Amino acid sequence: MYTLSSFVAGLVFGVGLIVSGLVNPSKVLGFLDLAGRWDPSLALVMAGAVAVGVPAFFVAGKRAVTLLGTPMQLPNARQIDRRLVLGSLAFGIGWGLAGFCPGPALVALGAGQVKAFVFVAAMLAGMLVFEVAQRARAGTDPSVRQLTDTGL
Amino acid sequence: MHVDWASFTPWSAIIGGVIIGVAAAMLALVNGRIAGISGIVGGLLRPTANDLAWRAAFLAGLMAAPLLYAMAATLPVIVVDANYPTLIAAGLLVGAGTRYGAGCTSGHGVCGIARLSPRSLVATLIFMAAGFATVLVTRHLAGV
Repeated sequence: MYTLSSFVAGLVFGVGLIVSGLVNPSKVLGFLDLAGRWDPSLALVMAGAVAVGVPAFFVAGKRAVTLLGTPMQLPNARQIDRRLVLGSLAFGIGWGLAGFCPGPALVALGAGQVKAFVFVAAMLAGMLVFEVAQRARAGTDPSVRQLTDTGL
Repeated sequence: MHVDWASFTPWSAIIGGVIIGVAAAMLALVNGRIAGISGIVGGLLRPTANDLAWRAAFLAGLMAAPLLYAMAATLPVIVVDANYPTLIAAGLLVGAGTRYGAGCTSGHGVCGIARLSPRSLVATLIFMAAGFATVLVTRHLAGV
């Protein structure tokens, strides 16, 4: 049941990315192009998603267990550190270069886009770089690993 | 600033956003997890026991979405202007950046902001600013 609901959530999420237009990099770049002919659509995607998310996460945050009775595993990290800033900066540059972020790239891959496949392969390589560096650091400092596992 | 009214799609944007929000709400309330795509993918590269199934299932659903959508309607065109070297550079930056920054557009931009996380708000402002700046450089300053 746990796995099935995760699959359905992924499916619904992907449909949302298609309907919203986020799956199309040229539309994403139109949003990021403030100095050109600006397409504000994606600001409304975020507004719509956050509007639904606020009450849902408010409820989720108050609960100790999920609707299935499993433990809530929402992140609790608070610190704003160099990793967060530099990582987000690198992500934003990559996003602006191609117009793909992780979710839409995977949906476009599912739609059979060859260029999305190339992007996702490079993205996985980038994530592996992080993993390898992380493991090297965790060897000397066990708290490092735990820090990143707390996520957001 | 010139708004491109011809490309502006407010209704599909809001409806798509609401659908994304519903999916994130589902994963949070039913699975107790954040619908952050980079985090879900990243976790697969760091296998821990009994943590793989829900991640793989979510990503399978995500990639199956075009098939479901195509049954009901025509898939929208996906236009990728970037060439292959750019796609590779972009992918590497997005992959490493989202892991170091612990999130992407979904984890920080949607879930984190909806959770009123200051960390996610900062991350979102930074990657949006970096995205705007990058497009400004590539489209207007470097003449690409």
